[in-house]
Amino acid sequence: MNERVAIIGVGYTQLRPVSSDVSFREMIYEAAVRAYEDAGIEPRDVDTFVAISEDYHEGTAIFDEYVPDQLGAVLKPVHTITQDGLTALASCVMQIKTGLFNIAVLEGHSKASNILYPSHIDAFALDPVTVRPLGFNPVFLAGLEMQRFLVETGNTEYHCGLVVAKNRATAIKNPIAAYPAEISIEDVLSSNPVSFPLKELDIARKADGAFVIVLAKESVAKRLSPYPVYVEGVGWLQDTPNIEMRDLVSSLYLTGAANMAYREAGIRNPIREIDFAEIDDTFSYKELQHIEFLGIARPGESGEMLEEGYFDIDGEFPVNPSGGNIGCGYMYDSSSLRGVYEAVLQLRGFAAERQIPDVETALIASWRGIPTASGGVVILSNRE
Amino acid sequence: MEFKGKSLKDRDFKEKNILYTDWHVKAHYAWDCGVALSKFFEGLKEGKLYGRSCPECGRVVIPPRMFCELCFKPTDKWVLLKDEGRINTFSVSYVNTDASRREKPNVPAVIEIEGASEGMGILHLVAHPEKIEWENLEEVLSMIKIGTKVKAVWKPSNEREGAITDIKYFVPVKEE
Ligand SMILES: [Zn+2]
Repeated sequence: MNERVAIIGVGYTQLRPVSSDVSFREMIYEAAVRAYEDAGIEPRDVDTFVAISEDYHEGTAIFDEYVPDQLGAVLKPVHTITQDGLTALASCVMQIKTGLFNIAVLEGHSKASNILYPSHIDAFALDPVTVRPLGFNPVFLAGLEMQRFLVETGNTEYHCGLVVAKNRATAIKNPIAAYPAEISIEDVLSSNPVSFPLKELDIARKADGAFVIVLAKESVAKRLSPYPVYVEGVGWLQDTPNIEMRDLVSSLYLTGAANMAYREAGIRNPIREIDFAEIDDTFSYKELQHIEFLGIARPGESGEMLEEGYFDIDGEFPVNPSGGNIGCGYMYDSSSLRGVYEAVLQLRGFAAERQIPDVETALIASWRGIPTASGGVVILSNRE
Repeated sequence: MEFKGKSLKDRDFKEKNILYTDWHVKAHYAWDCGVALSKFFEGLKEGKLYGRSCPECGRVVIPPRMFCELCFKPTDKWVLLKDEGRINTFSVSYVNTDASRREKPNVPAVIEIEGASEGMGILHLVAHPEKIEWENLEEVLSMIKIGTKVKAVWKPSNEREGAITDIKYFVPVKEE
């Protein structure tokens, strides 16, 4: 099938530190109803469903069996991706590209507040014989990488503090964000040390919430939606699981995923050809590292550009107009769907108070979090 | 075919003669029941079974849910159901979760609750009406079959905590 694939519907719930008044089913149902209404479809029109989940984050084994009801997917083709959200989006695109499916639905959610010992779950992901017995809280991995990245590139802790201040403040204009705040760089620098040089406020806090996204092939999209947003390129890949062997300066997973997506989208000069980006900032330094290794800034230059306001919402290349994971809340593998949601609103011109004028092309880049080196990149555009 | 090597004994694990990992993951979760299951559990604490009805297809579902998974519409009414029903299917189980053998079997069953739509049931245990424990398969089969009418036996109200185990078990009852 040579047609493009478009996003024709998005649904969300408010992101919140806790959501004890609703079950995961009721939360996802709310997002799904909004997405189907937005796309002008009923669940019976959907040909295939893809959901994102990781059993240890859900609290049940074989969680994919819990997916159908709240999406209207009973007795329909459903499968679950235990990977980052953009990898799951790529799966929807590929299914539509086979020509066998016209409409695909993607779901991702987080009930992070229900995980009582998240560090223990992260620790269980470490190598059982070479790393886990050492007994560190897995957040040390972010400390190790942040240290090497800053020393090697010349970016500073001050720049990392600036990322946090920018994203928390940007989130004030995002009605779904869980952690909007006016905080100073000094607040970040003086917050509790966690794993030097990483401090408490450098870390995105977790949030509960759900997103549902409806995709369709171009001809169907044009019929159903007055403002389809096209998927121009997708990329995803993984680095080695051996932490000791990884390049801890460069996020090579995003360089590779970006090259794959840029090639498909025909992008040669990302900073010229892309208007804004939603980029993983689960740890403050990650936003800078990701900006540099996506090819948006040269290594060592992102901090200064940030200081000059280059990545502000009214800057030359806005990064995280939603407020990012730091401003909106970290939702494990579903975090990147918030980036997709934000990009779709911006490209439709529906981002209200935080609308960036005249945008045509967006980049979304994800990282799967500790202890992984996997990421994804998606290029979206509103161009006919 | 002959395999080279040596077979492993329990001792080899205990004395760490081989490399193995034994990790107790602290996989502890809060569980947000939400609107529907919270009401269901509140009902159990009061000794009541609540279902929910769908305005579209008219089904009454239990355990209750806030939306109909078939019509994809919100359900809109609480329906108080009887604490009795009929056995949709049952099995006679001789194994515990850790795979050890049970001396006396227990009987898991799907119980279609009276007043709920056909095929709507909850999973629970069925016990012997007088002595609770079943001696053997023959005894079970002599007293229950698919379609047998059963009634809930509740914990005393001061012991109920809003859990599925507030019903101790169901027992077969005589047809009126
Ligand atoms: Zn219905």
